[in-house]
Amino acid sequence: MNASVFFQQLINGMSLGSLYALLAIGYTMVYGILRFINFAHSDIFMVGAYFAFFSIVIFRIPWPIAAILSIGLTALVGMAIDRVAYRPVRDAPRISALITAVGVSSFLENLGLVTVGARPKAFESPSFMSKLFHIGDAAITGVAIWVPVITLGFLIVMMYIVYKTKVGMAMRAVSTDIDATRLMGVDVDKVISYTFALGSALAAVGGILWACKYPKISPLMGVYPGWKAFTAAVVGGIGSIPGAMIGGFIIGLIEVMTVAISPGLSGYRDGVIFLVLVIFLLLRPTGILGETLKEKV
Amino acid sequence: MTILKVRDLNVYYGGIRALKGISLDVPKGSVVTLIGANGAGKTTTLRAITGLTKPAKGHIEFNGRDITTVPPHEIVRLGVSMAAEGRRIFHNLSVIENLMMGAYHRDDAAEVKKDVEWITQLFPRLKERFNQKGGTLSGGEQQMLAIGRALMSKPKLLCLDEPSLGLAPMLVQEVFRVLNQVHKQGCTILLVEQNAKAALKIADYGYVLRGGSVSIHGDGKALMADENVRKAYLGE
Repeated sequence: MNASVFFQQLINGMSLGSLYALLAIGYTMVYGILRFINFAHSDIFMVGAYFAFFSIVIFRIPWPIAAILSIGLTALVGMAIDRVAYRPVRDAPRISALITAVGVSSFLENLGLVTVGARPKAFESPSFMSKLFHIGDAAITGVAIWVPVITLGFLIVMMYIVYKTKVGMAMRAVSTDIDATRLMGVDVDKVISYTFALGSALAAVGGILWACKYPKISPLMGVYPGWKAFTAAVVGGIGSIPGAMIGGFIIGLIEVMTVAISPGLSGYRDGVIFLVLVIFLLLRPTGILGETLKEKV
Repeated sequence: MTILKVRDLNVYYGGIRALKGISLDVPKGSVVTLIGANGAGKTTTLRAITGLTKPAKGHIEFNGRDITTVPPHEIVRLGVSMAAEGRRIFHNLSVIENLMMGAYHRDDAAEVKKDVEWITQLFPRLKERFNQKGGTLSGGEQQMLAIGRALMSKPKLLCLDEPSLGLAPMLVQEVFRVLNQVHKQGCTILLVEQNAKAALKIADYGYVLRGGSVSIHGDGKALMADENVRKAYLGE
């Protein structure tokens, strides 16, 4: 592999990795606060892509407006799922929330199959996504460059919200100690609701960018990206937002480089990622940035 | 005037009856203490007052308003604040963020700033650690932060659950010195303590809890003089 091919693959890996990062943040934020894996998160990603599909391809809304609209609507869907499905089991054992999440996931996938059908739909990405860039000998598609750039923009906004605003401070407080946060006069349910909105909005960004990169969307499109993003969250240290980002990029790079270095393995690209998950769970279950969990008394 | 009125409070944890009809009164501007052994129901009483645990029976009135079923975040807004047992510091938030969490529901930024100043006068050590994570503080500093954080909500009634637990004697003194000062500034205090001697010394009135009910109550000095209290809780 010469330098320019390597460079090209590096960009591809970053591009794929940023999509996993966007999705991984939602897993890690919900886990950080509620200590369960929101399996429906991968389907929220799919819902985001469909909102964009309908507003762009069917309703012909201009691109930027359609994207913002889809992100907003997906955030509302995330909040609604929390309100309808998760809040009623908030005080139940965690396993109940986990099973509920599996149920919501299955519900969304089947709802998709019934309403929009199983046949993949062709997505129209904006023209700037398909432009080719030539850097040295490497030819890189616009989408491979724009995806990480746009992702970075959204990550900065998200970091600002979580680390610099009052509601972000409450989100971090809730993730340490829910009762203590209540004693500060914080309406914890509201904060959890905002967390779902934020995580779902990022999932929508991921879903839309994914649809630009792989322009066929289907109700099950979220399943594999979801599992890999979950892996990314575990690798980065579940509960840690910077960890989820780092994990996302690592998983994206591993996936792309596996195929680049040894094309024979391309059929096993998903397997390699899950092997990484198994290795991390065995050797460092708390991930790269995760803290050792102290049992709460 | 009574700021807090608790009547016939019954709390169950699963099938276990933790409180068996506790009644108590906290007069405005006073220091009232609850003492008793482990498992007597002191913490549960505070949890019920602050809304974290819902009583099965009985009622709680604060400032003339029934707060028995009011959720905890609204009780704080009414003016009840608690420094919970075990400090419950947000270890991933900085010291200043911990204090700001205490003022979360307030929107008078200028006043909040003044109160941060006030807290740092009460606990000068916190000032040097403003940007440090709460989890890196020593036990004593965490306790100061927990009290400071509870004060940041400008409470009318400050509940403290075992503020002296696990602290070196010097620090215990420091904590009680600050409580005295806060009290002088007009804050009513409900203090739960294992350190009965120190608690009764500053308390106007005390309740001794035993097995989920009030066994004796009386003013601080009278309890200090009581033979049974001396034997059971003052270690004499």
